[in-house]
Amino acid sequence: MARTLADKIWDAHVTATTPAGSDLVAIDRVFLHERTGASALKSMAAAGRPVVDPARVFAVMDHIVDTRPGRGDQTLMQGGQAFITETRAAAMAAGITLFDVTDPDQGITHVISPELGIVLPGCTLVAPDSHTCTQGALGALAWGIGSSEAEHAMATGVLRLPRPKTMLVRFDGALRPGVTAKDMALALIAAHGAGGGAGHVVEFAGSAVLALDIEARMTLCNMATEFAAMAAIIAPDEKTYAYLTGRRYAPAAFDAPYWAGLHSDEGAEFDRTIVIDASAIAPMITWGTSPEHAIPIDGVVPSGPARAHDYIGLAPGAPIMGTPIDVAFLGSCTNARLSDLRRAAALAKGRHIAPSIQKALVVPGSSAVKRAAEAEGLDKIFEAAGFEWRMSGCSLCFFAGGESFPAGSRSISSTNRNFESRQGPGIRTHIASPEVVVASAIAGAIADPRDLEVQA
Amino acid sequence: MTPFTTLSAIAAPLMFDNVDTDAIIPSREMKSTGRTGLAEGLFAGWRYVEGRVPNPDFVLNRPEYAGARIIAGGANFGCGSSREHAVWALAEYGVRCIIAPGFAPIFAANCIRNGLLPLVLPGDVVESIAGREVHIDLAAQTLTCGKQTYSFPIEAEARDMLLEGLDAIDLTLKSRPAIAAWTDADRVARPWIYL
Repeated sequence: MARTLADKIWDAHVTATTPAGSDLVAIDRVFLHERTGASALKSMAAAGRPVVDPARVFAVMDHIVDTRPGRGDQTLMQGGQAFITETRAAAMAAGITLFDVTDPDQGITHVISPELGIVLPGCTLVAPDSHTCTQGALGALAWGIGSSEAEHAMATGVLRLPRPKTMLVRFDGALRPGVTAKDMALALIAAHGAGGGAGHVVEFAGSAVLALDIEARMTLCNMATEFAAMAAIIAPDEKTYAYLTGRRYAPAAFDAPYWAGLHSDEGAEFDRTIVIDASAIAPMITWGTSPEHAIPIDGVVPSGPARAHDYIGLAPGAPIMGTPIDVAFLGSCTNARLSDLRRAAALAKGRHIAPSIQKALVVPGSSAVKRAAEAEGLDKIFEAAGFEWRMSGCSLCFFAGGESFPAGSRSISSTNRNFESRQGPGIRTHIASPEVVVASAIAGAIADPRDLEVQA
Repeated sequence: MTPFTTLSAIAAPLMFDNVDTDAIIPSREMKSTGRTGLAEGLFAGWRYVEGRVPNPDFVLNRPEYAGARIIAGGANFGCGSSREHAVWALAEYGVRCIIAPGFAPIFAANCIRNGLLPLVLPGDVVESIAGREVHIDLAAQTLTCGKQTYSFPIEAEARDMLLEGLDAIDLTLKSRPAIAAWTDADRVARPWIYL
C-alpha cells in the first residue's frame, strides 16, 4: 500500500504496540538544552533511571547563554548561571555529549544538529524545544516534546504515542524575487490559522519547496510549530545528501537501500492536503500577537482580536509599511544561518540603520556560522551599518529575565513568535524575513526590502 | 501521579484563541532548574500589574474564579514554547483540566504526563459552559453542564494513563525486552544510527 514519508519513518521505528493502540516509537537522537536539561537529567538521576544510550543524547548551551563577546557562564538572567552549571554537571554525570558555552561547535540546537550531521534523513529526533520541527528539513521525523517526554526517551529509548495524522502542504510554482521561505511559512499560517496544523506531521512538497536550499528548508520547517503541527518534513533529495556528506556524525556514504525509499509513495493518502501558489506570496510581516496575524508587507492591518490591536497599538485599516520601529533583531533558529546573514548583509552593505533605532543585534545561529560569516567579512558590514555583532545563542528571540529591549519598544525581528511580551515586557514584535528586518532597520520604519537595491 | 476520574468545578473563562505558554508561564518566571515554585508565576504578565499587585480584571483574581480547577479557553490553547513549566505551574495552582476547542500538541502531551485533562469540545460548547459549574466523568468521556451532557474524544492510551495515574516511564519499561530485541536488529539494519 502506498505510504507517506512520515508513515514510512514511523513504521520503521515501531518497537511494539500497546494494548490501547499507541506505538512505542524508537528515538534515534535526543537533544537537551540548558533551560530544561538539568531538570530532566536530575529528575532521572533521582528516580535511579540511567540514560539508556548516552552516545545518542546531546546537550547544548543555547537558550540563556550570554551573547556578548567574551562570555563565560555568567548571564544577564538572574540565577541563569545555575542553569548552565547544573546542566553541565548533569550532562557529564550522564555521559552525554555536551556542546558547552566555549565549544567551537556551540550554537542553537537546530542549527548545529544539521551542521554536525547529527540529524539524518529517516531518523527520529526529539528535543524539549518546540522548534525541533526545524530538523525535518533534512528528511527526519523531528519534533518538540516536554521535559517528561525527554526523560521518557532517554530512559527507555522510545516514546509511546498514537500514530500522528499526516498533512501535505504543496507549494506549486516559483517564488518571486525578494520572497523567502519565511514568507512561505507566514503565508501558510495566515491563511490556515495558528492551529491549522493541529498535531499533524506536515510534509512540505512542490516545486517551490524543492527549489529551496537546505537552510531555507529549515526556515520553512521551523515555523511548523507555529502552525500547531507535530512535525514538518521534506523528502530528502540530492541537495540533502550533498549537504550532509562529510559532516562529523553523518555516515561516510548514503548508499544503503534505506535512503532511496525516503519519499511519499505515488498515491499515498494524507489526512489533509493544502495547495498554495508560491508565485502569489509577497514578503510577509505580522501585525498582531500571533504568527497567524501576518499580512503582505504592502497590505493594511486587518480587523482582528481587540486585545491584539490594543497590545500592538495598530488600528484596523492602517498600512503596515511606514510603522516606526525602535529595535531590530536578526537571529534565532528560524533565520540565523549563513545564507540568512549573507542576504541580510547584502542589503546592509553601504547603508546605516536609522538614528531612531535604539538597539540592533545580529546574533549568528551557531559559532560555526559566526566564524564563516567573519571569514566573509559580514560582521564588518553589519557593524558598519550600526548593528551589534554577537556570539551565538537564542538571545532575544525570547526574554528570560536578562537582556531585553527598552520597555514598550517596537521590534522588527527575524524570529518565530510575536506573542505578547515574548521579547520582553510590553515589547511589540513584528516578525518577518531577515531582508525585511534589515530594510526596516535602515528605514527606521517597516519597509519593503524589494525597494532597496543590493550594493555590489 | 494523582489519578483523574471525575471533577466538578466552575470553568474559569479565558476565552480567547492562541493562549501561549509564554503567557501561561513567562520565561522570566522560570527561576530555577526545579519543577516547583511556579504557581506564583502562572499567567504573571496578565495576573499582576506593576509591583506584582494582583490585576483585579484578570479572571483568576476575581473572587468567583480564585483557585480555579478548570479553565475554559479558546482555540489552539497552549501554543508556543514546549516548556512543561506551563503545565507544572497550572498543576501547582490547582488546575486539573483545560477545556478548549483545540490544543497545541506538545502542551496536550505535557498535560497528560502530569495528570491534567486537556478536554476538547466544539467552540460554541466551550463558550456556553465557560463560567459555569461543570461535571466531568473521564471514564464515560462526558462533560455535564446544567441539563446538557456532551461527549468528548480522547486517545484511549491518554485516558487510561489519566484514570489510573500511571507513570509512562514505568509502563514503558515493562516492554524493555521488546525494545531491546528491536534495537539489536536495528543495529544491524541501520548501523549509522548507533554512535
